[in-house]
Amino acid sequence: MTDGDRRSRLLLTAVAPVALVLCALPLPRLLDPLRPDLLLLIVIWFALMMPRTGGLLFAWAAGLGLDAFRGVVLGENALAFVVVAYLVHRFHLRVRMFPLAHQSLVVLSLLFIYQFLLFWIDGVTGHPLTDWARWLPVLTGALCWPLLAGLLGRLAIRG
Amino acid sequence: MPVLREPGARYAPPRVSALGLRALLLIGVSLGLMVVDHRQHELQMIRATASMVVWPLQRLVNAPAAAWEWMQSSLATQHALLAENQSLRAAARESSLRLLRLESIEQENLRLRALVQVEPREAERVQAATVLRVDLDPLRHRVLIDRGTRDGVSRGQPVIDASGVVGQTTNVGPLAAEVILLSDPTHAMPVQVVRNGLRTIAVGSGDAGRLMLPYLPRNADVQVDDLLVSSGLGGVFPGGLPVARVVEVRRDPSQPLATVSAVPAAALDRDREVLLLWYPARVPPPGAPETAPRARDKGPPR
Repeated sequence: MTDGDRRSRLLLTAVAPVALVLCALPLPRLLDPLRPDLLLLIVIWFALMMPRTGGLLFAWAAGLGLDAFRGVVLGENALAFVVVAYLVHRFHLRVRMFPLAHQSLVVLSLLFIYQFLLFWIDGVTGHPLTDWARWLPVLTGALCWPLLAGLLGRLAIRG
Repeated sequence: MPVLREPGARYAPPRVSALGLRALLLIGVSLGLMVVDHRQHELQMIRATASMVVWPLQRLVNAPAAAWEWMQSSLATQHALLAENQSLRAAARESSLRLLRLESIEQENLRLRALVQVEPREAERVQAATVLRVDLDPLRHRVLIDRGTRDGVSRGQPVIDASGVVGQTTNVGPLAAEVILLSDPTHAMPVQVVRNGLRTIAVGSGDAGRLMLPYLPRNADVQVDDLLVSSGLGGVFPGGLPVARVVEVRRDPSQPLATVSAVPAAALDRDREVLLLWYPARVPPPGAPETAPRARDKGPPR
């Protein structure tokens, strides 16, 4: 294990629980549907910038953690996270070269895929939610991406 | 690590080559988990462990709000405390008066039941629980309470507050339990109109202040301001608990069903304290595993 590996692993173990906590922090009812899927954004960032550390297994574990936290069917978020992380891994060399605004568009489509998978699984397991508000986090998540990428990039450089 | 790269190179290639294979494997595992969890409910052990792992995080999320409440209560002025004390005293006096009357009515009820040879109602047990300030999912109306299997809570147990039904427990961990509120779009409960005993089903609307009664025909005898209570069918909720009050009845001549909506009696989205209810169910709730082995122990009835 190299020094850089150790540092990025440290960053990962510090950031992931914080994201999980932020996913459940009570917000006013009006803002609640706008809450971005922060944990997934972090999974995407690690898959994009540190694919050796934030691998598929990390994505899966993070998704499973979210499942346990939210009390939904175990494996729902885990599956969606793995699919998204796989796509990011597959194209990470290309996407990394994009400017931030362009990256945000990629993230938008990834978040859409994630929400669509959840929508689909919800339907199959008999809890369909056809509220349009379910698609709002896709937008807010993509808007948050430049901020998050800048922040995590800074943290990663400082170690 | 036998990866050849230049010293100081910033980019390190991903360690795993068979990416697709690994993704497929993890997807398969997730699918298996979902099927087992959804179909068989056999992951209680894993669920319990997982809920124990996330429990400290959930407490952490709850901490700021709890600290704020503690500050508010400990920094309250004497004046405010006195006023609160006075109003509480008045409320206690009033309820003790009503209790006195209720007791005599209960005695009368027991005697009458004995006269017509109906089994007496068995005692209920309640336990208070605190709602944690944890947002589980913005679109689903679920809350987390700080009681679990350790306190004897089980799946499908009614949860009420001082003014009516709040919901029922779903996933129960050792230390915490999830409560699905009446207003959750996937929740439905059997209710009865107090005025005439009309039975129907109240379905959550996804709005904390609204329940729907979608299965009433256009000519059903239901009016604005009718009180709905639990009917006791279904085996989850005991009968006679206030559920909601009808606020809107629309009868569209072109539709076979009336559009009826009601406001929940309980303060679903503002409750911080709720009560868990144990009562002897006549009808065992669907999928209740505890009753089956006990019946077998006694042997077949002769």
